[in-house]
Amino acid sequence: MKFRGKIIDVACLNHFSRVITTISKLTKTCVMRLTPDNLFFVLSGKVTNGGVSMWCELHQANFFDEFQMEGVSSEFNEICLEVTPENLSRALKTVQNAKSVKVKLTKKHCPCLTVAAELPSLSSNSRVVTHDVPVEVVPRSLWHEFKEPSMPDFDVSIYLPPLKTMKNVVDRMKNLSNFLVMEANLSGEMNLKIETDLVSVTTHFKDLGNPSWGKTSGPIRLPVPQINPNVVEVTRMTPHVSTGDAASQDGGASQSRDPEAMAEVRVDIRKLQQFLVGQQVNPSKAMCNIVHQSVVHLILLHDDVSLQYFIPAVA
Amino acid sequence: MPLSTQSQGEDEQYILVTSLDNARNLSNLLKAISFKDHAVFTTTPNGLKVTVEDCKCVQANAFIQADIFQEFTIKEDLITFQVNLTVLLDCLNIFGGSTSAGISTALRMCYKGYGYPLTLFLEEGGVVTVCKINTEEPEEPIDFDFCSSNVTNKVILQSESLKEAFSELDLTSEMLQITIIYFLELSTFGSSGSAHYDYSKDSDMMELFRCKETQTNRYKMSLLKPSTKALTLSCKVSVRTDSRGFLSLQYLVRNDDGQICFVEYFCCPDEEVEEDS
Repeated sequence: MKFRGKIIDVACLNHFSRVITTISKLTKTCVMRLTPDNLFFVLSGKVTNGGVSMWCELHQANFFDEFQMEGVSSEFNEICLEVTPENLSRALKTVQNAKSVKVKLTKKHCPCLTVAAELPSLSSNSRVVTHDVPVEVVPRSLWHEFKEPSMPDFDVSIYLPPLKTMKNVVDRMKNLSNFLVMEANLSGEMNLKIETDLVSVTTHFKDLGNPSWGKTSGPIRLPVPQINPNVVEVTRMTPHVSTGDAASQDGGASQSRDPEAMAEVRVDIRKLQQFLVGQQVNPSKAMCNIVHQSVVHLILLHDDVSLQYFIPAVA
Repeated sequence: MPLSTQSQGEDEQYILVTSLDNARNLSNLLKAISFKDHAVFTTTPNGLKVTVEDCKCVQANAFIQADIFQEFTIKEDLITFQVNLTVLLDCLNIFGGSTSAGISTALRMCYKGYGYPLTLFLEEGGVVTVCKINTEEPEEPIDFDFCSSNVTNKVILQSESLKEAFSELDLTSEMLQITIIYFLELSTFGSSGSAHYDYSKDSDMMELFRCKETQTNRYKMSLLKPSTKALTLSCKVSVRTDSRGFLSLQYLVRNDDGQICFVEYFCCPDEEVEEDS
């Protein structure tokens, strides 16, 4: 297994650093998958993380000037590493001013992602700074746990309101309740509700818009984000539409649904808050799919990276 | 449910409807008295009074006159109820309590009467939040029986001068001692020593100084320290003591729109009153 990447553009380095920082706010550990074209950060939904799962996808060419990797075998040309994103984030932050940054898979006393950078210096000799971030290799037998998620058979898909507004409201609601109900309909309306013995609070968002999706079945395949954000093709995302349902024959389940009817999910408010706290930059597109009483699927598309986050319903 | 399109039918059921273009004009004042979880709201056609008490020894009141509100409709002469003040403040600041200019949260606060929740409609940037806070049987506020005719000493000064003292108060001192002779003195006796803040009656900051009789009284620091919040908001403060040593602090507060509101603190002296030597 070999991996060696080099970033020489300051903007790319900042971007990459920000992505890693966002990931570090969402989860303590996750799996990093390296393929010839992409980097993925994956958290699979387990009881230990409250069933939350995450899928973050980067096209390596948007960040790295040089990218060489050799996977476990020619058949499985991929590397899977368990990382603590916070450690990687800290390493990257210290090399923000570097002329170039190299990231390599190395073996010191244990496998590491080594971040090495040449930093500008007042003297004629540059300083070289090296960080060894310990990682664990994920054996191939476990790779199936970190597969791309399939698009859920959602009841409602809606664009999110401004994340900052959502965050402000959720922060206050967290003081009042442990659970929050998120509901939305196909008329572009979303409500965030909490209810306890003491108080009930409902925030109403309107005119959000509902994204339209293609109708062919298949697993979700988010388009590789292009450098030009206007080229992101939402229609290439294809929901897994259940077949054999009379209602869905005339153009998909969503069209027979009452546009005012709300699909709702009751979630642990801390999970939603954690997701919102991590967002430092406004995404170019932010959407949410709701499977009634089952799961909230949040999708953020930025210029160079796409992020999906699944929050399960609580009883 | 935008604030403006609330149905006529709904409105008729409320015995109290108040609205503010800027919710901060209420929330800032309430923050200044929020040292306990519960507050009693007393509303009359003159306006709103919110009362918070602790240990039956200290009481804070915030007064907002009816004309401060953009709308103030009351169908009874006297309406009282009790709510959880911490919850109310979280609701009033639901959009983050941003202090940036030009962004304000509009508020409509309504009440249907005994047994009904206090209903708040808050709007910022086209987003509406509706809060229903359960109300409780109001506890009878203590009457400190502090009347102007019984006032022994009265000092009015600009808050600026006291702000520094209050922000530096030695919290290891169990008591705050207030002495009024021909100056006003605040004293603390903490683990590292005593500290005194003196305000001369001739100082520029002093607007009024009336001392009928030398007095020294001690008050529990834990009861008076919360008054610092009201002091910080205010531009002027009046310090009065009566023959029993009871303390009345009255703060003149200007809200975001420059309108005047009042906050008042009453406090009982601590049992062992030191005789002035």
